[in-house]
Amino acid sequence: MKTQVLRSKDKKFPARARGVSKGLTFQELLLKLEEYWTRRDCILQQPYDIEVGAGTMHPETFLRVLGREPYRVVYAQPSRRPADGRYGENPNRLYKHTQLQVILKPAPDNAQSLYLESLATIGINLKEHDVRFEEDNWEAPTLGAWGIGWQVLLDGLEITQFTYFQQSGGQNLDPISVELTYGLDRIAAYLQGVDNVFDVRWSDTTSYRQVRLAEEQQLSAYSFDFADAVSTRKQFELNEAEAKRILDAWPKSEAKMLERFPLLAAYELTLKCSHLFNLLDARGAISVTERAAMIGRVRKLAVRVAELWLRQRSGSHLAPELVGSPR
Amino acid sequence: MSPRGKSIASKLTGDFLFEIGCEEIPAGMIAKAAAELKAILTKHLSAADLVDEPTVDGTIEAFGAPRRLAVIASGIRLRQLDSTREVTGPPKSVAFDNLGEPTRAAMSFAEKQGIPVSKLSIVTTPKGEYVVAKQIVIGKPAVEILAEILPRAIEEISWPRSMYWLGAQGPRFIRPIRWIVALLDGKSVPFSFAGLRAGSHTVGHRFLGKQNIPLDGPRDYEPKLKKNFVLCRPAARSKKIEEEIRRLTGCNKLNVHDDAGLLNLVTYLNEYPSVIMGDFDPAFLSLPDEILITVMRGHQKYFGLETRDGELAPHFLAVINLPSDPKGLVRAGHERVLRARFADAQFFWETDQKRKLGDYLPRLAAVTYESRLGSYADKVERMRYLSRWLAEQWFSRGISQADVAGSDRAAELAKCDLVTEMVHEFPELQGIVGGLYARAQGEPEEIAWAVYDHYKPLGLDEPLPRNLTGCAVSLADKLDSLVACFAVGAIPTGSSDPFALRRAALGVVKIILERKLPLSISMAISAASKALKMNAPKIDVTEAVQKQVLEFLLERARFMLTEKRGFAYDEINAAFAAGADDLVDAVERVSAVKAIRNTKNFGPLAASFKRIRNILEKSAGTLDKGQLNVQHELLWEPAERELYAAAQKIGEEAARRKKAGKYREALEVISELRPAVDQFFDKVLVMVEDQAVRKNRVTLLANLLKEFSTIADFSQLGSEELQESPQQKRAGK
Repeated sequence: MKTQVLRSKDKKFPARARGVSKGLTFQELLLKLEEYWTRRDCILQQPYDIEVGAGTMHPETFLRVLGREPYRVVYAQPSRRPADGRYGENPNRLYKHTQLQVILKPAPDNAQSLYLESLATIGINLKEHDVRFEEDNWEAPTLGAWGIGWQVLLDGLEITQFTYFQQSGGQNLDPISVELTYGLDRIAAYLQGVDNVFDVRWSDTTSYRQVRLAEEQQLSAYSFDFADAVSTRKQFELNEAEAKRILDAWPKSEAKMLERFPLLAAYELTLKCSHLFNLLDARGAISVTERAAMIGRVRKLAVRVAELWLRQRSGSHLAPELVGSPR
Repeated sequence: MSPRGKSIASKLTGDFLFEIGCEEIPAGMIAKAAAELKAILTKHLSAADLVDEPTVDGTIEAFGAPRRLAVIASGIRLRQLDSTREVTGPPKSVAFDNLGEPTRAAMSFAEKQGIPVSKLSIVTTPKGEYVVAKQIVIGKPAVEILAEILPRAIEEISWPRSMYWLGAQGPRFIRPIRWIVALLDGKSVPFSFAGLRAGSHTVGHRFLGKQNIPLDGPRDYEPKLKKNFVLCRPAARSKKIEEEIRRLTGCNKLNVHDDAGLLNLVTYLNEYPSVIMGDFDPAFLSLPDEILITVMRGHQKYFGLETRDGELAPHFLAVINLPSDPKGLVRAGHERVLRARFADAQFFWETDQKRKLGDYLPRLAAVTYESRLGSYADKVERMRYLSRWLAEQWFSRGISQADVAGSDRAAELAKCDLVTEMVHEFPELQGIVGGLYARAQGEPEEIAWAVYDHYKPLGLDEPLPRNLTGCAVSLADKLDSLVACFAVGAIPTGSSDPFALRRAALGVVKIILERKLPLSISMAISAASKALKMNAPKIDVTEAVQKQVLEFLLERARFMLTEKRGFAYDEINAAFAAGADDLVDAVERVSAVKAIRNTKNFGPLAASFKRIRNILEKSAGTLDKGQLNVQHELLWEPAERELYAAAQKIGEEAARRKKAGKYREALEVISELRPAVDQFFDKVLVMVEDQAVRKNRVTLLANLLKEFSTIADFSQLGSEELQESPQQKRAGK
């Protein structure tokens, strides 16, 4: 590929020679950030074990930001974006990238400082680099979730999405949570001064390429060339129907063991739908109008889950614990 | 109740500083918010009598930076002036009895006002004598008033999209507020907002400044912040940026792409801006400039650079929020990011061109234009028909370079880039990318530029497509959008215009007028209607809808002619009333009317025409339709015979000039009618008893009006002072 040709003859830009230190390995970066946030009262969670497009979709964010209970959590979340796959040939684009997700609920006054301190922890001298917050209001249409905030730029590179969550699953949030989403792959590449994410050192002995390339090649090929649109669509519909069946079964009157009602299962099926939709989209099997309609179908499920989740947590099938006044 | 005269003046005034410290405010909103905050405070301060209204503008200043909005004022009264409050009560006759003793009415009024009855006084008004209660109201200290005003002022600033950060009970603002400074005459104004106590300490640069800087007031605000790496005034920041750009380009023998919008943006993105220069691999210069500049400007907010020969140079300028970059770390980072961006663009450039532009056509069937109007593939079919039709029209009217086959091809290719990776990544390059691919793939220059330009013009002052084929495709695209959207009722209302139809209509008008293209608009609309009938979605466009589109286009034409060419509405209406189907011709007639309207004879003649129109309206029943022959033998007054003769002579003369396109001369000739018309109205009574004579005279006038209204309907011209201004016209809509 031409980009690689360019890079090899690109002698003018020996980034390491310019004073960027050897930098943390990918796994050191992950460990440092997790450690940093656990020391700031975050519990350390695991990535969700279902395909998701972003760390926000993990129930530890989507559901935990609902309701009033304070919560702090940090977890890594491999996030799949089938349309972004490039068969492992593009130095910056990935089918699956790794997000580090932090939720601080309620939003502390010093959220920005806490975040910036985390950058210092991973070796970024804030007085020598241009770190800035540029307007970027984040939105996840399939989840009915949005917030106000910025993308954080490090010398022109987007490294984090910083959001004051305003709604999740269509529900107004009170208190407001802060969501931090670090793009770990690109931060690692930056710290190590490499132009190609596959050249990132995962550990001292193993490269990102060795760990991840096969996945990129094969899952890109599946999304773009192999996935069967008809059966993928069928799977979407099956998952959607099952999620609806659960949601429709929500008790009409006072019920015992409400806490056993499987909303989490309905949510997992919603996540499946979201991923299958992304797959169909990457496959080019969705027209523009249909696209909006399918996003609407997934959002409808997500909104119903969020609504019922609030009722379930408040212990009543009926009285939703209303979060704030309608905006 | 009416506050009356100020009595005891307190002389003391002081300086005032107000700063709202914030997490990073979106760059595009800061200047507007600062201006609004100034207006809000001005309003409240004058309402509270803390400033004198006429001097307000000079004493209050507001400005902003990414993390702060600041207001500085001088001459603020430290205490409100005392004032006398006068409340009028009942009439004297009710308040006091015959003996001059206060009645119950007087007593209860005095009690209500909180003063003894003995303090009531009497005033004489036009309505008679009344009881009044006078009280001296002691002015409040300004800090007390400010403590009420300032929190309200913060809440009153309007934002496009505000947020909560303290929960649903908390305030809303554009981003969380983190500190507030409010100092009057060196003393803090005591109030709290968003859980913060207003105080006297500000915050410097996020990484380089102190985080707790004590202030005395406006005088040390700017210097102390500067010491802490914040240039609080936007003018200081943009000056620093411009100077550094000049220095860097000067010593490297380069020119910068002037870009006021970008300069303004980076001015509000940084509290302490500095400019650094970075390089990129010259190999990327093989990509088209448009793409390189879009990546640099739109995505990275860099200024592009040119060599002195005007070639794009492999360097860029980035504005950073630091005083310098001594180790080159920031530069290395920016270069790396740009390299990745360019590599992406290169990837798209190569991937997209693995197939020909035209090969993307079938994929347009999957891209919806509007749910009722089908896909872009359908739109392209309609555009092809219309482009061919337009080129045929022009060719048949003597424009030899009109190329029917070329226009068809350009329309066919115009929308293909919508499904390329490059446009997916850089939507603002639609059209341009298609044009670049067409050229790279060997399409003729004329066609490649037509594709490239077919979204133009993008606004009132923006350029047109550079060639005739581009005009055909652009017109075809816009006319189709207009007619199709109107046909399904997707008509712009108020601020909602999702298909940018106003811009499309303006584009149509602008292309026709500025290229002086001969074209019947009504025929073009009916051609667009035919295309919608023949191709998907195969809908009928009714006459009424076609008329609506025509009126919409003419309305844009009126707008453009008033805004850009300074014509008055009545001039336009007069000329348009004589036909506006050929816009170019109509505008020539508007010019002629404007040129002549204030000449000696023309104004009075226009007034006479208005009179004629009134007479004809009143005697509408008198004339048989189509019967417009004046019977010569019935013209027995000399004045009417003279008018008849003058009209014949002048009519022939004017017609000759008009035919030659010399509208102004024709109008000058017509204005020679004035003496004959004046004399006619002087000497001749139209509405006489004799039916035959009366009918003959009305016929004479009808002929006159008809014959002399083919350039413009003069009766539409108002007198100077009655002209409706464009503002009024707009406000009335």
